Amino acid sequence: MADQTMTPVTEKTVPVRSRTTFFRSKNFQEKFTIALATVLALMGACVVLFPVMWMLSTSLKTRTETLAMPPIWIPKELQWINYQEALTFNPFGLYFMNTTFKYVLWVVLGETLSCSFIAFGFARLRSPLRTPLFLLMLSTMMLPTEVTLIPTYVLFSKLGWTNSFRPLVVPAFFGSAYLIFMLRQFYLTIPREYDEAAIIDGASYLGIWWRIILPMSKPALGAVAIMSFMWHWRNYQGPLIYLSDNNKFTLSLGLSMFRTPFGGTPWHWLMAASLIVILPCVIVFFIFQRYFIQGVVISGVKG
Amino acid sequence: MIRILPEGKLARKEAKWFYFFIAPWIIGFLFFTGGPVIASLYLSFTKYNVASPPAWLGLENYASMFQDRIFYKSLQVSAYYTALSVPLGILLSLALAMLLNQKVPFLGVFRTLYYLPSLVTGVSVALLFQWLLNPAFGIVNFVIGLLVGESGLIPMGIAGPGWFYDEAWVVPSHVILSMWAFGGSMLIYLSALQGVPTALYEAATIDGANVWQKFRNVTLPMISPVILFNFITGIIGAFRIFTQAYVISSAVGGGAEAYGSPNYASMFYVLYLYLNAFRRYRFGFASAQAWILFLVILGLTLLALRVSRQAVYYESATEEELI
Repeated sequence: MADQTMTPVTEKTVPVRSRTTFFRSKNFQEKFTIALATVLALMGACVVLFPVMWMLSTSLKTRTETLAMPPIWIPKELQWINYQEALTFNPFGLYFMNTTFKYVLWVVLGETLSCSFIAFGFARLRSPLRTPLFLLMLSTMMLPTEVTLIPTYVLFSKLGWTNSFRPLVVPAFFGSAYLIFMLRQFYLTIPREYDEAAIIDGASYLGIWWRIILPMSKPALGAVAIMSFMWHWRNYQGPLIYLSDNNKFTLSLGLSMFRTPFGGTPWHWLMAASLIVILPCVIVFFIFQRYFIQGVVISGVKG
Repeated sequence: MIRILPEGKLARKEAKWFYFFIAPWIIGFLFFTGGPVIASLYLSFTKYNVASPPAWLGLENYASMFQDRIFYKSLQVSAYYTALSVPLGILLSLALAMLLNQKVPFLGVFRTLYYLPSLVTGVSVALLFQWLLNPAFGIVNFVIGLLVGESGLIPMGIAGPGWFYDEAWVVPSHVILSMWAFGGSMLIYLSALQGVPTALYEAATIDGANVWQKFRNVTLPMISPVILFNFITGIIGAFRIFTQAYVISSAVGGGAEAYGSPNYASMFYVLYLYLNAFRRYRFGFASAQAWILFLVILGLTLLALRVSRQAVYYESATEEELI
């Protein structure tokens, strides 16, 4: 169908273009498209940022101001104290320490290290079972975690690990199929000549992994570490299932504790606390933006 | 594909190292994936509450599931949510990716701005949208009032809906919430669009193709594998929505036992599964639910792959590359 419609158009457009009136000129059309796209993109950005701006605005209001109608965008006096109060209303300092030092730090370390180790095996070493095992690993990505959730919970509760961070941290040291796959794809792009040169110099496979592949894959490792950080920092279901003591809560659990039913929710504190929780993610994103976007793109396009 | 395997001793040595390197994955697979999958299948045929050993029930869990009104409701809620959120999400992120692909100045800034909401997921975003879409004090209903309210810009007397409090609006509200984080898939589309060879567009221009024809016959086929990928991961993600449903519905309903409110209209599939497992300790029943979820997802994925076989264009993709 396309052929039929396209052929006659060709004959007509050639003379039109040669006439070059201003509005039909290629130059004008191109500039017009860019201008229109920029305006639309700006409008889109406003819509996208609107919720965050409202969050920021609410976090700086007094309680009465949060419920004012018509809504107030800029509070009379910026209530920076909300941030302090939100942090003491619930022991957020404690939740922050729990999330960072008992959970996320170890998981990021464990996942980055183990995935890189495993991916090296899949990318560089040959064995008759490599392809079947790799396919098996890929197929586990298809499996919704809900299927394994209950037996895993039973396993951890039989081990007496519930209400501790072990069920959240320990599995990270055994790799994650998605991240292994991402790293393996990256390792395939590193020329094998480096490995061969190292073998001639008498390096072991362990040495090749540690001295050659690891240093050469810093951007990919960065992407893996960031994805792991982002995912676990915001993880809610895991901590919800495994942690029951108030003093072991993570930030996401702590945030959901703010909810009080029947409209008594302190929105100004809630928004302040949410912003505090989001902040590390935003900072990490801005510092490692390049790695991060690369990670999203690698996993998406090559997946 | 020809692969030259080293012979004899060297090959065996290399294979040994292969197992050494992937050993952590094998152990993890046995304990956290493979083992649990088998255990879960077994548990789905039993009555089990962790405290006492599992009692064999046969197919009773599955049979009672299909007589459970709330189970049907949860399946329906999740299917509705998926049917709304996946196509809308693809349209939105593809449209914005194409917008940014038009040589827009400050591309980096826009890309970052659009990606920002994806950083705000989980509990924070659930709380934020509950606040934005609050029927009484929310800014969204206020803006709707300004535009189309009784004394609004276009006075049509339309008031903002009850959003998370309204049976008919609760699923669309969740869709709006999830659409906000379109940035991740937009980045993927953007990079796919940038990967389309300009020579193809030039050739199409010479052939006299208009904008739509270029989109239809060049862009779409070239990025179709990426769309398919996003479509499938989108379906899987949509069926597995939990956190936002859990956090929002309990607050909306008032009290811990109000999950899925109003009137089960936000009883998402995994929310009901969670409640059966970790609130009612019906681990056998919940395992059966998990298996049905798996079958539904698998079925939809296979269907998508099958239907797309004609529509998706793989440029010189060999089997090796696909793996």
